[in-house]
This record gives sequence, structure tokens and C-alpha cells, in this order.
Amino acid sequence: MNANIDRLRYRCQLRQPASERHEESHPLTWRLREDNAPIDLAEYERKNGYVGTRRALTEHSASEVIDIVKEANVRGRGGAGFPAGVKWSLTLQGEDIPRGYLVCNADEMEPGTFKDRMLLEQQPHLLIEGMIIGAYANNARFGYIFLRDEYREAAASITRALNEAREAGWLGKNIAGSGFDFDIALHTGAGRYICGEETALLNSLEGHRANPRDKPPFPGQSGAWGKPTVVNNVETLCNVPAVLQHGADWYQKLSGGRSDDGGTKLYGVSGRVERTGLWELPIGTTGEELMELAGGMQSGHALKAWLPGGGSTGLLLPKHLELPLDFDSIGEAGSRLGTGLLTVVSKEQSIVALLRNLEQFFARESCGWCTPCRDGLPWTVKVLQALERGEGQPEDIDLLQHLGKGLGPGQTFCAHAPGASMPLTSALKYFRDEFEAGVARPPAAVGEA
Amino acid sequence: MATIYVDGEQYEVNGSHNLLQACLELGLEIPYFCWHPAMGSVGACRQCAVKQFKDEDDDKGMLVMSCMSPAKDGTRISIADDEAEEFRQSVIEWMMISHPHDCPVCEEGGHCHLQDMTVMTGHDRRRYRFNKRTHRNQDLGPCINHEMNRCITCYRCVRFYRDYAGGEDLGAFGANDNIYFGRYEDGTLESEFSGNLTEVCPTGVFTDRTHSERYTRKWDMQFGPSVCHQCSVGCNISAGERYGEVRRIENRYHGEVNRYFLCDRGRFGYGYVNRDDRPLRPECPNGDGERRELDVDEALDRACELLRNAKGIVGIGSPRASLESNHQLKQLVGEDHFSTGLAGNEQACVERMRALNESCGLATPSLREIEQHDAVLVLGEDPIQSAARLGLSIRQAVLGRREELAEERGVPLWNAEAMKTLAQDQRYPLFTAYPQTTGLNGIVEQHWNLAPADIARLGFAVAREIDPDAPPVPDLDVSTRESAKLIAEKLLAANKPLLVSGGSLGSKAIIEASGNIARALAKRGKQEAGLSLIQREANSAGVEMLGGQPVEWALDRVLVGEADTLVILENDLYQRLATETLDAVFAKTPKLLVLDHQRTVTLERADLALSSASFAEADGTLVSMEGRAQRFFQVYEPRHMRPETRLHESWRWLHALAAERDKEPATDIVLDAVVRDCAERNAALAGIVEAAPDADFRISGQKLARSPHRYSGRTSMRAHLDVREPAPTRDPDSALAFSMEGYSGFDRPRQVVPFAWAPGFNSPEAWNKFMDEVGGHLRAGDPGVLLFRSADEVSDYSGEIPEAFVRGDDWQLTVLPRLFGGEETSSRTQPIIERSAPAHIAVARADAERLGLRDGDWLSLTGQFQALTLPATVNDQLPEGLVSVPAGLDPALITGARVSLSRIQLDEEVSS
Repeated sequence: MNANIDRLRYRCQLRQPASERHEESHPLTWRLREDNAPIDLAEYERKNGYVGTRRALTEHSASEVIDIVKEANVRGRGGAGFPAGVKWSLTLQGEDIPRGYLVCNADEMEPGTFKDRMLLEQQPHLLIEGMIIGAYANNARFGYIFLRDEYREAAASITRALNEAREAGWLGKNIAGSGFDFDIALHTGAGRYICGEETALLNSLEGHRANPRDKPPFPGQSGAWGKPTVVNNVETLCNVPAVLQHGADWYQKLSGGRSDDGGTKLYGVSGRVERTGLWELPIGTTGEELMELAGGMQSGHALKAWLPGGGSTGLLLPKHLELPLDFDSIGEAGSRLGTGLLTVVSKEQSIVALLRNLEQFFARESCGWCTPCRDGLPWTVKVLQALERGEGQPEDIDLLQHLGKGLGPGQTFCAHAPGASMPLTSALKYFRDEFEAGVARPPAAVGEA
Repeated sequence: MATIYVDGEQYEVNGSHNLLQACLELGLEIPYFCWHPAMGSVGACRQCAVKQFKDEDDDKGMLVMSCMSPAKDGTRISIADDEAEEFRQSVIEWMMISHPHDCPVCEEGGHCHLQDMTVMTGHDRRRYRFNKRTHRNQDLGPCINHEMNRCITCYRCVRFYRDYAGGEDLGAFGANDNIYFGRYEDGTLESEFSGNLTEVCPTGVFTDRTHSERYTRKWDMQFGPSVCHQCSVGCNISAGERYGEVRRIENRYHGEVNRYFLCDRGRFGYGYVNRDDRPLRPECPNGDGERRELDVDEALDRACELLRNAKGIVGIGSPRASLESNHQLKQLVGEDHFSTGLAGNEQACVERMRALNESCGLATPSLREIEQHDAVLVLGEDPIQSAARLGLSIRQAVLGRREELAEERGVPLWNAEAMKTLAQDQRYPLFTAYPQTTGLNGIVEQHWNLAPADIARLGFAVAREIDPDAPPVPDLDVSTRESAKLIAEKLLAANKPLLVSGGSLGSKAIIEASGNIARALAKRGKQEAGLSLIQREANSAGVEMLGGQPVEWALDRVLVGEADTLVILENDLYQRLATETLDAVFAKTPKLLVLDHQRTVTLERADLALSSASFAEADGTLVSMEGRAQRFFQVYEPRHMRPETRLHESWRWLHALAAERDKEPATDIVLDAVVRDCAERNAALAGIVEAAPDADFRISGQKLARSPHRYSGRTSMRAHLDVREPAPTRDPDSALAFSMEGYSGFDRPRQVVPFAWAPGFNSPEAWNKFMDEVGGHLRAGDPGVLLFRSADEVSDYSGEIPEAFVRGDDWQLTVLPRLFGGEETSSRTQPIIERSAPAHIAVARADAERLGLRDGDWLSLTGQFQALTLPATVNDQLPEGLVSVPAGLDPALITGARVSLSRIQLDEEVSS
């Protein structure tokens, strides 16, 4: 059992040796140790830790910090790619506005995704730094890390780091002599995928059912406990300290012209490749380059399709590997970059079974608030199960198409069902024959065979 | 106003509404589930999707939920768009996946919003071929049936139960397609407003269990537009009948009073109408201890004999009888011989309340207006127990802070969840002072547990803090002064402070204290403030306005020998006065002529009992605590199904009696004549003629139908009596017909609406079709007329400030009103009996500890009445020196009485 867990852990670690990671080119991972052990405060500070924070708090006003992050064009790494600086600039601030919260979305539960986990386990201080800067920019009075319950190791690591930071004065009153007060609490979730949706996360944080909230008002206007609240993904916040340390220009150039977006991205690959794991690469790295780092497909397997960034992104074909893995390029190909962790599908694997597995997950994780998601997703599961058993009916393909459409963006309350419909509609587009094969042949046809 | 375009047509709408509401008000049909006019939008069901276009040139558009989209100027939408229609069909299809399709055996069938919406969207083919998800149902008590498999998960139930009504024991459980709305375990729903679930639920998950035993489809019932007789608020109800029994009470929309909701006493407390032991014919003792029934002529002869032979007659009226019946009694016995039927202290309270309503300088708000107030002080009342529907409105007032905050942040007022999130626990201030915790405790800013005298003193102190000219409170302690200062500050800081008080504790001082605060606020220019005074019974205000002596006066006439005959109208004296008092009077063997619809102790003593009609068989007028005179109309004619009955309105009996006695030709009288006569003879009641249209009212020459046009079985329902079908009974008293023939539509404005139905809307949602705007007023104006007349001058401050309560060697009794079990007629109804908490004597914890008392110890309560033995409960809130009992146990128990307690040791041998 333990060996199994260790093997799984090994398979989701960073694959770049320390010698290949540098402060100026690998802002997210250059400090990480070869032994994958968490970096404590002493080591972190030794490795230029909290420089960005000190600079933000003592050299810049809150609005300057926002401008820098905006200029750097840090795009949200949770999957949607919304520019963090723009989000921050929309947070209500003012004398008659109560100070609100900065919430880190660490409820990483996207199928095939394990990047935040690595950051949280090994480098919690980078996140704390990002949160302090984010809180300062957004005038937040308190921070929460909403952590996926299964990330027990991360919880221990974060708790240790929070204590260290508090002791060292990086959290609490008058941080770094700046007059800014801020502290962070760790909140572990109860294991619902929907809590990764920022407003469902806020409801859950408040102790309510994890149903998403309607927008507007956005969390920046009325978030946790009705106060202005910023919710950022772990990786997004981890990008911020280096931006403050080295500047927006530097960050922009990190992608080396591969993409209009700046910075690096934690990419990953899982599935039937030689080497699964994580790589910090310039954003805009192509799928081909990433697959090469992963050592290509395992012998006996050929690539049939791939999910660019989690279970809620649309399937792409091998030919799409030539695209830069950035938000816009993958979007134009009809999918989403999502979390940027590729899941590869081998020709030996059944698309119908894959979809059945995914939709079962999404149906189970529906919060049950809106009708299409609550009642439509389980229906797709039932149909997919029938097709998987070869008991499908000829109308089932059209029905799936219809369901996929009804679960699309704008028709459901939040992005959960549209996320679930994306792999389904793309699979129907690219692999319709596999679905058709699941339709039961009429008895006469069976007889002839 | 905003201009919007729907399917190419241009419309002017209220721009602050959402598109769904705006379209419904235009008469455009968009199906919906989760949106509710009183609870706003949440966007959960996705049923109200329409296509929205960016501008004139946008021909692609995108689907939006109309309930979650503002009706902004220039908005362009299409309801008829193919994609929108297809999506709306899909939504119903999804909802129906696990629905049991059990309409034929479902009690919602025929007034089911899900049926209506399914038809509206056109979904009629089932494609889902797999197993359905099923749920286990719960026993939710005597009032509500639970059938979770019918659920379409619109979340209306929990939103009403928890957010709107403050209940805590109904919740949403589970996730994905396994959401469950219920309690954490089986058990009676605790909320006083649980019955509204039956109307809020768009399908048959929550249905009326009291209706279940004698179930009838909505289309097969005959309805009467009625007014609830179970408290003084005056909620409008629609009572449904079949086979001579009341089958169900539903909400009847009134834009100023109850709007969409009723309390459970009003909804489920009707069973006394159907009791087997009701006097259905006149009766008299036959000499051997038995009673025999009489026919009408014989009864009238005997009655006249009684009246003619009488040496002094006194008539005792009733606050639970109509104005018309009280008026006819007053006419029969003469003004100088008429008693209101109210006990003396009660009458004094009601008189003071009206005086204050008319001259304290503040208006008496309707329930709708109450919800607009922004600071509330409740003195000496637990409105959830004494006037529940009003308590629900106070809750909305206090939660109104959400709307203010939403406006500040630009959140539309229909965006319910967003307002809740924004406001969190920020509320308008609510202060309560009561001997123990109240049903509003969850939303109070501060509550004081005080003895009645101290509640009054706090009130007087508040008045003094508001206006230094108000009389000072002698020997005021520091903490009460601080409390008064806090309350005064908050009331003055509000735009529309509201005072709520009343007669529940029988304390004139508390009422006067509220009056002083009202006067003080008026003097400080708080013209928008309001004073709401709760009375005990449905027509307390009416009978007081009619005028008369208290009931003790009437009994004294017997004791002093001035009267030997009592005519008692719908009044069980044993519910009003101590048995000892009454026994002393009856020892004088006065002749008793009793009119009632219930077999009461008083009726059983009658020398002649006349079988009166209950509200369900009668027309009449009630005056609510707000001074609103409202007409209630007969639901059914009892003789149609039970020819042997001789039930008549008391006013009809009394008219016949007067005619017989005076040897006038015995012509029948009609309601309008009694109403006019009552109005002419009583200046204060002059307005009641206008309380409803008269019997000549017609729409397109038609009377108004009491039954839906699909009413079935008319020709056969009496076949067991007579195969010939009689002509429908004529109704000379109202514009309503005992028939499905007549006008029953929504498009011609009318105030008298027995049941709400509109094409495509069989459910209570049909009410929205009768309104000027959704959630507004009936297009013909809300029924009833306000009788209280504001005086030009604000009356003088009262100086009747009581001394502070000091505990003595004995105990001071308080009798606390209760919704279930605290009212006479509803307490004769099984589900209400089941929901009444067991009677007990509450003792303050400190006292109990001193005496070594524990919960369940038996206590004997003695005073100026027969000893009462009840179990003790130790109460954490009750002030020391006070004991409390719930109302409805024994009328001898009066708040303020000094009583003594002794512990009873149960005799082991006897008890075993």
C-alpha cells in the first residue's frame, strides 16, 4: 500500500534536476530541493525569499502593486486564464468599504492535475508571499487557504510554514514594518470538486452548502461574508513574488516570445507516457516539446487523443500537439488550456470508457443546484454506460449531443456542467465511431453475423 | 420605467424588475419554478430561459435566465426563439427523469405548478429509459405529507422555510441528483408557517395532510372567499368544500395583509367546522338530562316564549362572531342590554388600543407596510404566538436591511442569494421585552426577560428618553434607563420605527407605555413611524367598535336580579371566565338562549340552543386589529348535502327571533340589509358597507362562480338522497353562486375571488394573474375597508406607570399566548391539538434551584380559582418570582394574578 502511494507520489514530482532550474528563468521551482523535502523559512529566506514581499509592502502602494501585476499580465493558473491584475483592480476598495479577504484556492481536484500540490507541499512560503502581496494590493484583512482535504501532507507543510512566517513577522501586525496587518488561516475542505469553483468555495468557507453564487456581484464586490474578496489559484499567487522582485518586463520576457502571455507555467503529463510528472517551462511551450520531455508514449501505445488541462477540457488530437500550450492557442483549437497538465489517451484505451469515467465523476460532483447539471449529467452517464456495454440505442448519439449542448456555457448556473460537456462534445466530434460501436445491433444483424 | 423588446414587440416595464417578472406582468408566458414573487430569484431551475440579443443587429443572441436578468432599458429578448423553447423543454425533461409520474394519485394534481409548466413547455415524450432515483419519505407530523420522489429540486421549500420564515428543522441534504429536502430525522415540522410549503412547493412533495383524509381535487371543490377567524390579523383565506365538509384552507391573496402566506393555525385549524358533535339543529333539554332536536318553527316558538316571559334580558355578544350577528343581537335586546362578550379587562385593553390607534399620532400599518419599517420594538407580545402572520412580517422588516445594503452596492432587489450573502447577519434593529424568549429571538438585537409591570416601565422609560415631556418613570433603575436610552436612540435613528404591542398579557400599562412611545415619536416628527396593537380574537376590534358592556356586567345583571334571561351569541363563557364565577351566576337559574356552531359547555347548559353557521356556512364582516373591516363569504350551503341540518347565520336566527317576538311578518333578511342597518346605526362602522361589493354585483351580468368550471359530479353527488337533481341553492346574500356557472376568470378586476384560476395556471401561482403587478395588489383593489379614523390631535401622555415588579412570598402568574392550543375554536381541531405543546407550569431556574424543583415535578397552582395540577418546566428566561402557563388551559388563570405553588408527591400505591 505504502509502496503504491510512494510510487504515485514519485510519478507526480518535478522532473527537472536542480541544475536546470535558475532563479531568473524558473521562478516557481528554482528553490526546490532534489529530495522533494519542504523548504523551511530559513532556507527560503536564504534563497532570496520574501524579497518581493518586502519590496511590495515598503516600496509600492497597493495600486502600484496591482499595476505591476497587470503589466506583467499574470493570467490565472486555475484554468480560466483571467488576468490576475485585472481581477485585483476590480476589488472594491475605499473608505466606506469594509476590508475583505484574500482566499487561496488550493482545492486542486481537477482530474489529471497535481501541480498545486507540489508547490504546497514543497514551497509553502512562496504561496504565503504571494498571499501577503495579494492581500496588500487588495486591502484584504485576512487570508484563507482553502485546501483539498486529501492533501494532508500539504496541510502539514502549510501549517508549519504559517507558524514560521508568523514567528518571523511575515504574518501578523505591521508586516516588515510597513504598517500592514495580515494573517492567514488554513481551511481544509470536505472533499467536493465544486469547491474549486470560487463562489462555491466561498459558500463552503462560510459553512453553507457548496453551491456556486450568481455573478454579478463578483467576489470582489461581495465575497466571503459579503465582503470584497479575491480568490486566486495557488500557482497564480506563486507567480506574484517574483514579479514584484524582478519586475513586469522580466516576467513578460520569460515566455521568450512563445506566447503573448508572460511567465512560466507548471506543465505536466499523465497517462501512458514514459515519464509522467511536472516541468516548469515558458508559457507557450508546445505539446510536442512537452511530450518529448515526458519521453513519448510507452511502448505498445500510440497517442489517440489528449486532454490539455484536466477532465473539464476538450479532447484534442495528436496533430494539435504542435500548438503552443497557452490559453489563447488551445482555446482557438476548441478546447481550454485548463490547468496545463496533459492527460494522454492511448489508442489502446476506449474513448467511451474514458468519457463514462469522466462524466461519472462530474455527475457525482454536481452540487445539485441547477437542473441541467444535476439531472442531465447522470443521464449522460447512464447512456455512456449503456454504450460501454454495447447496449446503446441508435438515438443515443443524438441524445448525448443534445445533452452536451444543454449542459453548455450560459445554460447552467456555473461552469461545472460546461466543463463536463467539453470532453463529451469533443469526443463525439472526433470519435463518433467509437460511440456508434456501442449501439446494440438489432437481433437480425446479430443472427447474420 | 424601461423599454424592452420581446419577440419584436416594444413594451414599457418597471426597470427594477427582472425580465421574468416583467414579462409575467405583461401577460407573456415564461415557465418558471424557483423564482417566487416574495422570495426573489436564484437561477436554480433554469426553466425561464429566453434568448437575449445584444442589440438590433445581433441575430445570434444567447440564452439567459430571465429571472436573473434585469429588465434594463433597451433589453431585447425572444421567448419564442427555437433554441430557448427547446432548452425549456429539456429542463422539464430533466426534471421529470426521476419524477414518479403519479399525477393520478398525487394530491397536488389539478393545482400543480409542475403540471402547468410541463404543459406550457410542451414536453410530452419521455426519452429517459433507465432506472429512476428514489427517496424514502418522512413523517413530518399531522399537517404535512412528504413525498420526496416528486421533487424537482427547485429549492423553494428551504428558501421559504429557512430564509423567509426562520425555521431550522428543514434542510437540503445530499448532493448531485440525490438532493433531499427534509428533516434530519422524522418528526413534526417545527415552523409555525410550515403549511406554506404546500403552496410554495411547485409539485406534490409537501401536501396538506389534513386534506388528505378527505381529499378532493381543486376543480371538484366549492370555494368561499373567507377571512381567517383564528386571530386578529385578518388573513384572507380560500376555504374549499365538497360533500358538505371543509376540505382545505388555502391562502387567498391580499396585497396589504397576508399576501402569499398564512400561519399553520389559520391553515390547519379549520377542523372544528367538520366536527361530528356540532349542533346541526336547534335543541333543548327534554327534562331527563338528555337533549332533543327541534325544527326551526318550534325552536323559534320556544325562543319567543323565553323572550316574552323574561323579566330582564341581557344579550352577550362575541369577539369571534361577525359584526352582523353582534349587531342583530344588540338590536334584539336593545343597546342598554348588550354586552360585547369581552371580559372586562380585555375590553378595557381593546378600547385603549383603538383609542391609541386613532389618536397616538402614528398610523396603524398593514402587514405589507410593517415589512417596510426599519426598527422594531415589541413590548409584551410574542407575535409568532399571538399574531403569527404579523410576526412573519416583522421578520421581513428586520431582514429589510438586506435591501438597503443591496441598493448601496447596486445588487438588484430580486437577487435573493446575493442579498443574503451581502448582508449576512446585518439586520434592522429589533428589540423585544417579554417574560421569556419569543419566536423572534433568532433575529433580535436585544431581548429583555421582564415581568409585565417591568415591560411597561421599560416602555414608559423609552418614551421619556424620546421626549423629555413624557412622564418620568419613578424609581427607575440604571440598567432599565440604559436599555431605554439604547432603544430610544435606535428608534429615533430609524426612518420608520415600528412599535408592536397588544393585549396578550392583559396589561393596560403595557399598552399605555406603547402609546406613550408612539406619542413621543409623533412629537419628535417621526410621522412615518407606526403602531401595531395585537388583539386576541378575530373580531375583538369590531365588537368593541359596536360598543357594549363587558361580560361581567351582563352576569351581574343576573346576580342582582335585573335579568333572568341571557341570549349568548357564539361565546363559550367557560372560555372567558372562571367556572366558579359562572356557577354562581347559573345557580340563579337564568334562562339561557345560546347560539353557537360548536358544542361548548355554555351551549350544553342552554335552555334553547340555536344551531349557528360557522364561518364556512356564513357571511359576515370582521374587523381586524388593523381596523380593516373584511367580509367573509359562505363557502357552501349545508342543506344541499345534508338536508336535515338547520344551520343559519346567527344574524339570520336573531332577525327571525326579533320578527317572531314582535309579531312582524317573518320575512327573510339578507346580508346587505344587515350590513346597511349596522352601518347606519353605528357611526364608527359606517364604512363596512364598502368592505365588499353587495349582492347585486355582477361581471358581464353573471354572478361569481364558487366552483371551477371543471367541477364534476354535480348531477350525481346527491344521488344517495334523491336521484333528482335540485336546482342549485340561491345565494341571496352575496354576488357568489353555489355553482360552477358564473364568472371565474382573472381578466375582469374583482375583489371577491373564491379560488384563483387562469388559463394554464391551476396552481396558486394563478394569483399573480389577478394583480396589478406581481406581488402587488389585486387589480380591483385589495378587499376590505379601513375603519380607524385618525384624530386631529395627539392624545395626552398616560401617567399610569406601574410600580416595578417585586417578588413576594407568593408568585405572579403570567399566561402566555400560544399559536397551537391558545385559541378556542382551532383548539377543537385534531392537528392543532397534536401540535399543542403539553401544558406545564414554567418556573424560573433560580427559583427552581432554590426549591429543588426539576422538570416534570408535579405542581399544584392555587389562587382565586380551582387548583390546577401540572408538571413543572424549569425556564432559563423567566424572571424570578414569576410562573407562567400557556394560554387556553383555564380562563381563571389571568396574567398578574398572585398564586401559590405546592409540590404534589404522587402516591406510589395509587399511581401504580
